[in-house]
Amino acid sequence: MTVVTFVQHDGSERMVDGDVGSSLMETALKHDVPGIDADCGGGAICGTCHCFIEVSGDIPAPDSQETAMLGLRPDRAENSRLACQIIISERMADIKVRLPEFQM
Amino acid sequence: MNMSAVGKAPDYSALPLSDLDISDPRMFQFDYWHSLFARLRAESPVHFQPNSPAGPFWSVTRYEDIVAIERNTQVFSSEPSIAILDPEPDMILKMFIAMDPPEHDDQRRAVHQVVAPRNLKEFEALIRQRTAAVLDELPENESFDWVTLVSRDLTTKMLATLFDYPWEERNNLTAWSDMFTNDERITAGEGVPREVIVEHITDCLQRFTELWHERKDDGKEAFDLIRMLQADPNTANMVDDPLTYMGNIMLLIVGGNDTTRNSMSGGVVFLNQFPDQMAKVRASPALIPSMVSEIIRFQTPLPHMRRTATRDVAFGGQQIAKGDKVVLWYVSGNYDEAAVERPNDFWIERPNVRGHLSFGAGIHRCMGNRLAEMQLCILWEEALKRFRTIELVGEPERTCNLFIRGFTRLPVRVTRF
Repeated sequence: MTVVTFVQHDGSERMVDGDVGSSLMETALKHDVPGIDADCGGGAICGTCHCFIEVSGDIPAPDSQETAMLGLRPDRAENSRLACQIIISERMADIKVRLPEFQM
Repeated sequence: MNMSAVGKAPDYSALPLSDLDISDPRMFQFDYWHSLFARLRAESPVHFQPNSPAGPFWSVTRYEDIVAIERNTQVFSSEPSIAILDPEPDMILKMFIAMDPPEHDDQRRAVHQVVAPRNLKEFEALIRQRTAAVLDELPENESFDWVTLVSRDLTTKMLATLFDYPWEERNNLTAWSDMFTNDERITAGEGVPREVIVEHITDCLQRFTELWHERKDDGKEAFDLIRMLQADPNTANMVDDPLTYMGNIMLLIVGGNDTTRNSMSGGVVFLNQFPDQMAKVRASPALIPSMVSEIIRFQTPLPHMRRTATRDVAFGGQQIAKGDKVVLWYVSGNYDEAAVERPNDFWIERPNVRGHLSFGAGIHRCMGNRLAEMQLCILWEEALKRFRTIELVGEPERTCNLFIRGFTRLPVRVTRF
């Protein structure tokens, strides 16, 4: 079981259980965690599920489409990712995700 | 080609595929485009038209294909233009919407800040106040033109607010915006020649250059798009490069004008066509944001964008050659049965309602999307509070333009609570 901790911009935290096969974006929506818009529904073509990975084990690096979308974010950081592109796998370590002030 | 009689739809189901004219803006003016794109999606989803006023071009009409091309920016470039017409060599404005990475990314990030949600909060109260004032002025119990008195007036005032543009000159913004997209080659001859557009671009650049210099270092604590460009180190000297400054001004003016204006009009039409949805939103105003996304899908105010192949490429069973124009028909993708459930229904509680293509997809996805949504939400919040009925009382008149889907006249009558 992977525990996902979402940290809002105001610092408040919420821990939820992640389902294997679901993305971090889907996990947030399933548990009504605010701060992720996910306009396009998971295709890495809108960039509105931007998040910052604070703590994680090994996770696959972003592909070229995700990198291209992240490149547009004025608030991009080293640990920027699109939550729709991180899929929870078996034995994935617990993960802590900070959400930006706003999606755009 | 060009067989369509004015006002009368060609029989798109009977014509040979090679006779379909996908460049005739009268399909939007007289609203008979549905059957054309339905046929293309079914029979020729990547379709070549060898002759048109804008030259030969491919039409891509399925949702999935449009997204696939939007993702592949290396093969399907946004340069030299995202419009079906090529830029004239005498004036090539530099705007990031018509650039590829990495140059695109740097310019977009700089300008993106100005419409970031943090900044939008600064504008929200003023936009709401001006929207309320426009609605309070509307006549009651008599027919008026919603396009003139609401959609045009509001978008003009909002643009003037965002630029802090001289209030008494604000109609210039809308006039310029209309002019920039009014080339005779995409308006069935109803527009103007290219030279006239260039004159207006020159006037617009001159005025905005004056405003830039007036505001530079005037010490005022003010908040507007010009000052935001001046404040950002990446754009602080943009005025010294007139083609870039003008390109960005044009992008902000056009991007914030026809799109929002025509969605403001479209909403009235759709809520009249689907009275059950009007009843729903009246019962639950919390549905307004979702309704606004559905209005934007249903209207698709920019029906297409164009890409250009950077090399020979096989796509959708066709051979696209290097240099070919590839037109992505968002308006068709938004009504693609394979991707959108019950696409012909205006359905404000639609699942994944924001998954439409009206803002495009990928790295060129509309930068002003949150601003547009905010403006439309405010309009409907304020309108539904005031008006017991908002009734369409005559036939809408629509824009004759291949690049703009919109309304020129919308007879409406309102009654107040």
